[in-house]
Amino acid sequence: MEFLASLIPPSLSAHAPAVIVVTPLLMAAVAALMPNGRLGWAVTLISTVFAALLALSLIVEVQSAGVISYAMGGWAPPAGIEFRIDALNAVLLLVIAALGLLSVIYALPSVADEIAEDRQALFYSAFLVCFAGLVGVAITGDAFNMFVFLEISSISTYVLVGMGANHDRRALTAAYNYLVLGTIGATFFVIGVGFLYMATGTLNMADMASRLPDLSDSRVVQAAFAFIIVGLGLKAAMFPLHLWLPNAYAYAPNFVTSFLASTATKVAFYTLVRFLFDVFWPEAPFVAVSFLWVFAILGIVGMIVASVQAVFQDDARRLLAFSSVAQVGYMMLGLGIGTAAGVSAGMLHLVNHAMMKGALFMALGAFAIRFGIRRISDLNGFAQSMPFTSIAFTIAGLSLVGVPMTVGFWSKWYLGVAALENGWWWAVAALILSSLIALAYVARMLAAIWVAEPHHDKAGAIAHARAPWLMLGPLWVLAIANIWFFFQPDFLVSLTNAAAQAALSGATR
Amino acid sequence: MTPHLVLRVVSKLLIPLIVVFGLYVHFHGDYSPGGGFQAGVIVAAAVILYALIFGIDSAKRAVPTWFVKFMAALGVLLFGGTGVASLILGANFLDYDVLHPDLAHHTGQHIGIILVELGVLSTVFSVMMAIFYAFAGRAPDIPEGEW
Repeated sequence: MEFLASLIPPSLSAHAPAVIVVTPLLMAAVAALMPNGRLGWAVTLISTVFAALLALSLIVEVQSAGVISYAMGGWAPPAGIEFRIDALNAVLLLVIAALGLLSVIYALPSVADEIAEDRQALFYSAFLVCFAGLVGVAITGDAFNMFVFLEISSISTYVLVGMGANHDRRALTAAYNYLVLGTIGATFFVIGVGFLYMATGTLNMADMASRLPDLSDSRVVQAAFAFIIVGLGLKAAMFPLHLWLPNAYAYAPNFVTSFLASTATKVAFYTLVRFLFDVFWPEAPFVAVSFLWVFAILGIVGMIVASVQAVFQDDARRLLAFSSVAQVGYMMLGLGIGTAAGVSAGMLHLVNHAMMKGALFMALGAFAIRFGIRRISDLNGFAQSMPFTSIAFTIAGLSLVGVPMTVGFWSKWYLGVAALENGWWWAVAALILSSLIALAYVARMLAAIWVAEPHHDKAGAIAHARAPWLMLGPLWVLAIANIWFFFQPDFLVSLTNAAAQAALSGATR
Repeated sequence: MTPHLVLRVVSKLLIPLIVVFGLYVHFHGDYSPGGGFQAGVIVAAAVILYALIFGIDSAKRAVPTWFVKFMAALGVLLFGGTGVASLILGANFLDYDVLHPDLAHHTGQHIGIILVELGVLSTVFSVMMAIFYAFAGRAPDIPEGEW
């Protein structure tokens, strides 16, 4: 990791916080001008590789320096816009950059199959804008700037989801629903930020945090808190606000789904952590009450209800989308526990979920490109038709349930331990119940793949196919990561522990 | 005699003035209200007026769609490129002070803002045109007879 990070020269790494956002933004304009999809893909690949290297160099620097602050345009914070990286958002940068890079490698055959040739370059351009927006949300230290980046990523996401219309016209209504709800979420968030600005006179989050404790009786601040939680909860697909997610993930192009499922809601979850612990402070009465009664309770309800809904889906991608809502519930539970162990477990699940959902959606995309399947019943006997993809799918599916030997086990282990430390035995019971339901819906798919009778062509032979190498590569990287990090959890656990420490130390100040 | 003679003559008179006014708003952007966004909308309004009076086809001959796409991307690159230029000159991203040595009069800041606003002008104009062309040139998905 240090070797890769050292590929970035020091003169550049000093400006890495700005360059990592600017490169994909500018390259989006270049990609839009490319005459065909392949060149657009090449531009996208180059910029995501570059962004991934910059992310690594930033993480290495955070580990040695603690906090990196970058003043945009030379205007010193709090007046100017500050890009601020600590151990908390460094993890997010790693997730976005790694999953972004893997999805882009995967994209070439998938996009060539699903998007009209004359729109592919523009499609990649929209992806790069979305990527830049997500990185920007993770990296910025300015509340209003965060809103801007949130909208940059959301608006390009609506476009990306809508591009699924080439295959299935329902993508258009899914994108439109997402647009309406996403805009409501953004509006709530910006109203909250406006209230905070009114109360504190600043937009810099660190500066806000130092002024807010004197204002804990202010109704304006309390209203701002409520608006921000609802707004960000919508973006993160927190349980009752998740209605946009299942259709958006089910009808978007496969590459978009695997990228969004592993990054977009994660970034919104990060912003929630940032606001709860760093901008507001957990000791405030109105914040403290939200941990149990909003995040823990809604997280648990989401875990169970969304898992049950997933069991009854016919469309494979819709099933996984409902499962994503349930997984957001796990993260919310970790956040609701409110201790360093809880936040660390939530962040660990964030990273792990990115790996497993990324792999699962990639595998479904590989099934789709060869056989055009969407429904679970169409997966019958795929272990014989596409064995390599099926094995990777199985590994990631077991990881989703939390079977030992996969990384999903550690998420649930640390979540359970953190809940027990708080004496929340009921949360552990809910965790086990939800895992059992997850076993039910994963078993439905695995049974179809491994047990059911395979498809036969007219001559009676079993149809064979292999997914393109560019799709198999990233899929297997993620599948192996799911196993590797079970045996070597220290790397991830130390990252997320540092992240939780950074989040909570912002609170004690 | 062509129809709408008055409209044609008056709009031919007005369109150059609208474009000049747009540029006026643009070049005031660095020290008074105005700037690239408003200027882009005003210049685009001139072309849209032309399209309304003389038809979408002649408007597309004057401002072709490939040109619109190119200018939209160019504007973003100009904006970002100004920032990258200040990076290369050794300052932070978008720190315009390094663009000109005369710090007392903030000449670097003026130059930087004019360049950035020029990028905004280009992109806003092009995107307005692209949206207009997309709506105006839209053929119904379902043939008229099959509604």
